Amino acid sequence: MSATDFDEKARGEFARIGTTRVRRGELLRHPVYTRFLHWSVAIFFILSLLTGFAIYSPWLFHWITPLFGGGPRTRLLHPWFGLLFTIFFFFQFLNWVGPMAWTEADRRWTKRLRHYATNEEGRESEDVGFFNGGQKLYFWAIVVSGILFLITGIIMWFDNVFGRWAVAVSYVIHDIAALVMLAGFIIHVYEGTAHQPGTFRSMMDGTVTEEWADTHHPAWYRTATDSRREARKTEE
Amino acid sequence: MANPRTFQIQEISAHPGPVPGRGTRREEQVCKYIDVSTCIGCKACEVACVEWNDHPFRETTFNDTYQTMPTTEWNYYNLIKFAEDERDGNLMWLLRKDQCMHCEDPGCLRACPADGAIIKYENGIVDFQQENCIGCGYCISGCPFDIPKFHPNTKKVYKCTLCSDRVGQGLEPACIKACPTGCLKFGTKSDMVQIAGLRAKQLREVSGFADAGVYDPPSIGGTHVIYVLHDIKRPERYGLPANPIIPPSYTYWKWIAKPTGLLLGLLGIGAVFFHRVFYGPKLPNPEVREVRTGPRDEIEAGREERP
Repeated sequence: MSATDFDEKARGEFARIGTTRVRRGELLRHPVYTRFLHWSVAIFFILSLLTGFAIYSPWLFHWITPLFGGGPRTRLLHPWFGLLFTIFFFFQFLNWVGPMAWTEADRRWTKRLRHYATNEEGRESEDVGFFNGGQKLYFWAIVVSGILFLITGIIMWFDNVFGRWAVAVSYVIHDIAALVMLAGFIIHVYEGTAHQPGTFRSMMDGTVTEEWADTHHPAWYRTATDSRREARKTEE
Repeated sequence: MANPRTFQIQEISAHPGPVPGRGTRREEQVCKYIDVSTCIGCKACEVACVEWNDHPFRETTFNDTYQTMPTTEWNYYNLIKFAEDERDGNLMWLLRKDQCMHCEDPGCLRACPADGAIIKYENGIVDFQQENCIGCGYCISGCPFDIPKFHPNTKKVYKCTLCSDRVGQGLEPACIKACPTGCLKFGTKSDMVQIAGLRAKQLREVSGFADAGVYDPPSIGGTHVIYVLHDIKRPERYGLPANPIIPPSYTYWKWIAKPTGLLLGLLGIGAVFFHRVFYGPKLPNPEVREVRTGPRDEIEAGREERP
């Protein structure tokens, strides 16, 4: 079974277990399977982040360690949380690698970043599809840092196998990857909640309003409503 | 530990002449001296160490040598290494008592991220405080001598304390007390360096070891455990690094880049908060609403209106 077949099958299975109710004036954005993956990744990301902070700067985050049963237990759990994060993200990668493909439109999007960030554009440009350039950048940043996390994390996990110099280097790379992820994560959470009302529900309920879709992802809105327009045309 | 200087005599009533010994300062830096040339490999120091630290005897691994076990362990701080070498075509045993070197610039302490898990005393002893240890194991990779060892049950790291509990009470470390040949000595750093220098000179001039010398590596600021070696030019033969170094990531990254990165990360939270305050939310465009509910041609018209 190929990776895409697996993804299709998983989508189908999850759609049988869970439901997404699309009301009038709404569009389906994220199916059950995608939501399940996103939140699994999110949970283990946050657990890794908290335990990671406790190892990164115990003098500042020593108050986190009791939540996980003390310093050594926190340290013990961190690689397992990280591993689960990586595993879930692997499936998320299969799920999203198609729509996350970098296009010319995304390059143009990055050029407009300044205007985007200052809310100058009330509505996204016509060529912004299912994901915008920023979302894709975040996705690929996670892919790259996820690989770095996994490699350097395994080196530090089995330090007696890889030796002290490998550990000393890995620890720096692991930290840099974490800081990149942290920056992306803060922006991601902000954009998904406070900055863009109507976005959070796309990941909770799976749906968005048509205004939302047209505002933030016009090209996707067009394709998503095309079939309906076609249907209406035939009715007429 | 009471400061002995508190009861040093400062003034004496009606005493002619200066106060004897006034202002005398005790040397604080301690040092362990190990003369590998007079070690007989009796392992009394190993036993004394296990006894004093109240460690249980552990299972060992036989690796075709006379060593008790291949390396020091979390409950076996002190191990005589039996390296086999050649001299004038004959077997020469290099017996080296391996334990924490108590570096002046300790790699374990540099690497440790936990507040108060590793401390260095004024007298040079480097001591682990297990109650603050989070078991990350960075100290293991920071150490050039492969000394700190992870305890699989407590998930913390342990190593030789230079018997800081004994030294604090004015006693010599347990291994020193047990040594029957006098190859181990304990005292101030300057005394030990001097004795070691004399012994190395003796080895060079009398005993025919032309390359004998003192191992007190300057790359880590010297150590508080020094060796007299038959051959200072090749310390690797004894299992000692010629030029022990601490990975630079543990100094530069940890003290400069790491806190900066953390600060920037935390500033990011403030940044997005104030971004919201400054620029407000990005709401779905209300002008589209009519387009949505209208018939098909209006949708098309709505599209064309936009640039």
